Amino acid sequence: MQDALNIPSVTGVDLEYKIAGPGGRSYAYVVDWHIRILLTLAWYVLGSLIYSGGIAWVGSDDVGFQGFLFVVILPTVVIYFLYHPILEIAMQGRTPGKRIAGIRIVTQAGDLPGVGAILIRNVLRIVDSLPFVYAVGLAATMFTKQSVRIGDMAAGTLLVYEIQTDEGSIAQLQGDAIASLGLDQTELVRELLDRWPELAPETRSELGRKLLVRLGRSAAGGEEEIFSDLQSLLTGES
Amino acid sequence: MSDQPSHDKATAAWFQARQTVWQRLAERLPELEDRKAVSRETALSAMRLYPEIARDLAIARRIAPTGRLTRYLQQVYARMHRALFRKPWSFKQEVWRLFAHDAPDAAAQLWRHIASVTLGFLLSAFAGWWLVATYPELVGLFASEQMIKTVQGGELWTDDLLNVTPSSLLSVGIFTNNIVVTLTAVSLGVLYGLGTIYIIGLNGLMLGGVFAFTAQYGLSGRLFEFVAAHGFVELSIICIAGAIGFYVGEAIARPGHLTRIESFQRAFATGSKLLAVCAVFLVGAGLIEGYVSPDERFSLTMRLVIGLGYWVVFVLTLVGQPGRRR
Repeated sequence: MQDALNIPSVTGVDLEYKIAGPGGRSYAYVVDWHIRILLTLAWYVLGSLIYSGGIAWVGSDDVGFQGFLFVVILPTVVIYFLYHPILEIAMQGRTPGKRIAGIRIVTQAGDLPGVGAILIRNVLRIVDSLPFVYAVGLAATMFTKQSVRIGDMAAGTLLVYEIQTDEGSIAQLQGDAIASLGLDQTELVRELLDRWPELAPETRSELGRKLLVRLGRSAAGGEEEIFSDLQSLLTGES
Repeated sequence: MSDQPSHDKATAAWFQARQTVWQRLAERLPELEDRKAVSRETALSAMRLYPEIARDLAIARRIAPTGRLTRYLQQVYARMHRALFRKPWSFKQEVWRLFAHDAPDAAAQLWRHIASVTLGFLLSAFAGWWLVATYPELVGLFASEQMIKTVQGGELWTDDLLNVTPSSLLSVGIFTNNIVVTLTAVSLGVLYGLGTIYIIGLNGLMLGGVFAFTAQYGLSGRLFEFVAAHGFVELSIICIAGAIGFYVGEAIARPGHLTRIESFQRAFATGSKLLAVCAVFLVGAGLIEGYVSPDERFSLTMRLVIGLGYWVVFVLTLVGQPGRRR
């Protein structure tokens, strides 16, 4: 199984993408499936309300069949079946589910996929969804080198994790701290401070103490003291 | 032994010197990625900055391979790469190229497959005819109970179609169904072409069988009258879809000097261009089938003119401009 896609660049510095496996792909699909179902139902209800003033079913005597089909049924079917291709084209290789899962479709050259490639990978959902619940597609992602389904093989695409680090997190790194601790240690301290609220009190104290010792600082005191010592390392007050 | 404090100071100096460049670049990245909004100045500045960011990334990867700075620079570098190396794209030009070059090229490449599948379709239609003509009870394999009863009552299931369903509705239903059948015929080519053979064979048998059945009740002429306006293009497209499926199946079974995946990818890319043009013509065929075919005001001559005229346009589109370069 290949973990990363390396794209050579004219600069000599390769681009690296981590390839999304069956887990990441399934997560995105499950999220998208729920959104798709909700959107489909929402349009059906809204369309029915607009058209007939209440929830109506095809064949109801008081509902004009042709109008109901064009206002309610057709858009509902379009939302359900064209959700993936339309959003993948509009969101440049992503869908809301893929965005939440942090993955994106790229070509084998690392570029954004074109309309043709997106349509091809979606047409082949017919095969990937055989015989039920995407069994063929799931099996293909488990046994292919780049974890791709049949549609991706045909379109020359794959799913990769998209790194999402904003410039705000870089602004938190201070030149003075880097000068005294080094870049890797500064990042380690920053990482721990950012995760501080999510960690259990004993765990964060333990990690903080170990880090301070590793950096040659005194690690005596309670949790609050450790936190403030770590902070002062970054601001250069120690 | 390396001098760690001076190394860290150098890193800090580099970080501080480059930080403003990264911030300015981050502000301009959305513009760079927007194909319509990007200015010449932004594009040129991105071209100058691209190797600088590559160098910064190489440094960051060396110092802190998994750190947030490396991740951030990797992300910026990837976005710049995608924006700078993307191919120019214009919807009008793409559509023009598809109809004027790509589809005719694909059709020329697949002509042997198209001819073979058409022959297979005709043979299975003949087999369907022979089966039902010889063993009339076998029509139950190809037609529903309702259809059989209607024909036995001296009528076609297409009679009074417009009284039951309006043309617009018929058209939408028909072309959607035809597109799904076409896509299925192509997609099932993945099963080494076997799925495609099944679909083409079944459609041929059905066509022949149903014509043989209606002939037994003197209705085949009226059935031909019904299909004359839309059938030429529709049946041609079913054969072409089968040919694409078969081409894809053959590419997987006999990849030649390519890997199986490369061969599959190449075959599907070629076939999909032809398929895209066929899908457009299927919409037209669906509209004809909804508005012209069930309307009794159209004589057989008019239907043949429409059907053959549309088919000639379809064929000319696939043949392409005379003398064009491939």
